[in-house]
Amino acid sequence: MASEVTHTAATFADHLPVLQILVPFIAAPLTVLIGSRALAWPIAFVSSAIAAVIAFALLMKTMGGEVISYHLGGWAPPLGIEYRVDAANAFVLLLVCAISTIVLPFARTSVAAEIPKRQHTLFYTAYLLCFAGLLGVAVTGDAFNVFVFLEISSLSTYVLIAQGSYRDKRALTAAFDYLMMGTIGATFFVIGIGLLYMATGTLNMADIADRIAEQGSNRTVRSAFAFIVVGIGLKVAIYPLHLWLPNSYTFAPSAVTAFLAATATKVAIYVLMRFVFSVFRPDFSFANNTLEFIIIPFAILAMFAASFIAIFQSDFKRMLAYSSIAQIGYILLGIGFLTQTGLTAGISHLFNHGITKAALFMGVGALVLRTGSSFYSRLEGAGRTMPWTSAAVVIGGLSLIGVPGTAGFISKWVLVQAALEKGWWPVALLIVASSLLAVIYVWRVIETLYLKPATGDAATATEAPASMLIPLWIMAAACIYFGFDTQITIGASQTAAQGLLAGAVGMAH
Amino acid sequence: MDTGTAILLSILVPFAAVFGNLILRNNPNARDGMTLVAAVLTFLLVLRILANEGNGTSETYTLFSILPGIDIAFNVEPLGLMFAIIASGLWILTHLYGIGYMRGNDEKHHTRFFACFAFAISSVMGIAFSANMFTLFLFYEALTISTYPLVAHKGTPEAIKGARTYLGILIGTSIGLQLVAVVWTFTITGTLDFTRGGILEGHIAGPMVAVLLGLYAFGIGKAALMPFHRWLPAAMVAPTPVSALLHAVAVVKAGVFTMLKVGIYIFGIDFLASSGASVWLMWLAAFSIVAASVVAMTKDNLKARLAYSTISQLSYITLGMALATSMGALGGGMHIATHAMGKITLFMCAGSIYVATHKTEISQMTGLGRRMPITFAAFLIGALSIIGLPPFAGSWSKWLLVVGAADASQWVMIAVLMVSSLLNVAYLMPVVARGFFLPNPDPDAEAATRADEATRTVREANVLVWAPPAVTALGCVFLFFYASEIQTFLSPIVAAN
Repeated sequence: MASEVTHTAATFADHLPVLQILVPFIAAPLTVLIGSRALAWPIAFVSSAIAAVIAFALLMKTMGGEVISYHLGGWAPPLGIEYRVDAANAFVLLLVCAISTIVLPFARTSVAAEIPKRQHTLFYTAYLLCFAGLLGVAVTGDAFNVFVFLEISSLSTYVLIAQGSYRDKRALTAAFDYLMMGTIGATFFVIGIGLLYMATGTLNMADIADRIAEQGSNRTVRSAFAFIVVGIGLKVAIYPLHLWLPNSYTFAPSAVTAFLAATATKVAIYVLMRFVFSVFRPDFSFANNTLEFIIIPFAILAMFAASFIAIFQSDFKRMLAYSSIAQIGYILLGIGFLTQTGLTAGISHLFNHGITKAALFMGVGALVLRTGSSFYSRLEGAGRTMPWTSAAVVIGGLSLIGVPGTAGFISKWVLVQAALEKGWWPVALLIVASSLLAVIYVWRVIETLYLKPATGDAATATEAPASMLIPLWIMAAACIYFGFDTQITIGASQTAAQGLLAGAVGMAH
Repeated sequence: MDTGTAILLSILVPFAAVFGNLILRNNPNARDGMTLVAAVLTFLLVLRILANEGNGTSETYTLFSILPGIDIAFNVEPLGLMFAIIASGLWILTHLYGIGYMRGNDEKHHTRFFACFAFAISSVMGIAFSANMFTLFLFYEALTISTYPLVAHKGTPEAIKGARTYLGILIGTSIGLQLVAVVWTFTITGTLDFTRGGILEGHIAGPMVAVLLGLYAFGIGKAALMPFHRWLPAAMVAPTPVSALLHAVAVVKAGVFTMLKVGIYIFGIDFLASSGASVWLMWLAAFSIVAASVVAMTKDNLKARLAYSTISQLSYITLGMALATSMGALGGGMHIATHAMGKITLFMCAGSIYVATHKTEISQMTGLGRRMPITFAAFLIGALSIIGLPPFAGSWSKWLLVVGAADASQWVMIAVLMVSSLLNVAYLMPVVARGFFLPNPDPDAEAATRADEATRTVREANVLVWAPPAVTALGCVFLFFYASEIQTFLSPIVAAN
């Protein structure tokens, strides 16, 4: 394994892992320094698009199972910081970049309507920082570096959520709640890393993994494991650590919600997988620490409890937030199966749910722009006045349910298959039963949009502008496209799952 | 044109008509004319396939692969081809009828109506030509979703409630049970291709065969096997053309068609017989047949009575599969055709009465037969065909089912089929008798005069409404004389491989 890892960074292409974060990272202060409101958005968009190209190149390089190791500043690990890209994180990088690049054109109109002009420059700065932070979390192979990037993205996320206060003051308390919960999570996480450092004397993740494998389990390592899982669990919004999520998603500006819902929790899940599988190794995480018995029950609980709560919401955005918690349950369930098929299901759902939620939250954003609210009572009959937006919302909703022909169906299919392969057919029945709850909450939206007589704002609303419709429909089309072409999603997920199960971050000696 | 192209086009032409409808929404005549052209074109394409393939099984045309071992693929085999001929042929008639009904009745949202209708037909073509269970499941769900707006069409609280029941049961069973069955099948066999003789034998044994069959039988909610039958009466809130084509032909027949496909090509008739897994299903189907007929007798609303009659008749086909004999499966297959012809006639007659008089209850239809002779004559023929009297089509499929039951030595099932015929007489004949023979059942003279007055002025509604049921009624007679052709046509599906 060691021989296939490349060391030297000789050509431009070899610097891709670091350019991945440097581009948005440099662009962020640049927007402030230039200080031009007109240039803020173009800078953000261009850097995001460049990052997307880099991420695509990285995924193409690693999809065959290759691992790229990049030594920051030429300092060899474990002393220097190592960036390490394999199929698993290349896939996450591409998801984050693609979502960002598609959401940004949508954000331009949405932000202009929801946030006062004087804040725009700073908004895009915070957005770029958040974006760079998420990419950094995914790309790095250094445990402490993960913490640093996680904080960069989190701190800017708090700011972004608080921007919703111009529309609804409750965004401030939502941001504050998240700040508290997020800081607790980050603190737990950094304590865990401290303990690992204590036990192994290194911060390089691959190195930690080797040292743990050598010295075996002891109390320090086990405490580190507990702290890390709970700390990241808060960021992932594992039920019941999800309390920050509904308010944050509901009150954040529409564009922020669309971006965060599709990326932030997904990156956190990636970190969880990376630590559970690569740093601690599956046999330690699951056999000795019985993580299985914690993850699977909570995942199933999330699938039902959160879906059930989603049914009774009267606010479209809030409903989607609860649905996200339920869908995270599916991903965790796939991971909890600890089989090739299960992990493939988990990772592919990470992507498929990401694009589905991005489409839906952008749909809400467009509805909010024209009707002024995301409450069902204000959206009645919008299907007739905003046909394109509503149709895209329907497609997203069908993908959320997992109707065949949509992206959501593919990952659900693999997940059910994983359950049946293990012979856990009651779990298979639970998976499909909980997707029936999704039918109920999605159909409430469809009835509201199409079957209720148009009243109030929705009756006089006009169709959303093209700048919103185009990104929205790209995402909706992606929901259908990835329901048929699974080469990228399932292909990359399978490679990533193989890598994770093999614990493949062994040190390059 | 080669078969592969024709299959693809027969799915794409109705699908294109969806967008045609949306584009031509401001010009009703052009819009409805365009759909008519699409319907005729679809029918011709299916006939082209018939001319190409006869009753053979074509090669499989793989469109693309979704996951390893799971393809979107189509092929032609006799059962599917027959289903496609029926659905596309009757689409032409129903479309004409639909134009007459929607205009004559001042219904709203015509564009949405005809667009969803075309989408539904496109899904049906996909179901009919599916080469594997995955493709079939994809179109099965598309059919559910595309027909939902049709059921909810009127937008009244009653329609919304009916549509919720419709969607809830159909999606609930298909995702909750059928999907699990499909994934289970794939997990143990590694394939989902429809294969003559079945794919499951040797991969599963013992009571689990019956469990898997149960997941399929209940998961195919469109077959309306009790206790998952409630969506069918609930769907009757839809405008009558929808009930006629979709809930007498396309949707329900998609259900029993899937049931036969699963029985014949996934399990295999021999495997079902040798494992004995379908015995419980046979009894449940028998129960559905009798119970739904009894319920039908209690319904005064004509469409509700026809809905329960449909539930009963669908279980004939499930019974045919569950008998696990060649004749039973053939009888089931033929009943798809004969029942479709008979039941669409009855539904279109119900709609014709509604357009002309706005009457929905059987008790109000006294004496209408003399004012609307064509409608009621068509109703009579359709009813006799459903009952199974010669010289009408339904008699042959019932005959084959009886032979199939005799082959399986299930004497009780023969009795069930006979009792059911009697029950059919009991709930269908009064409608005709009341229309033709009862002049004045009302003891209250004054009310009777008023009713008479109202009846006297009734005329047949416009030609687009009364002609289609007359045509399908003639079809019931026609099919009686061509039954042996249909039987020969279908026979490969149960031939030893």
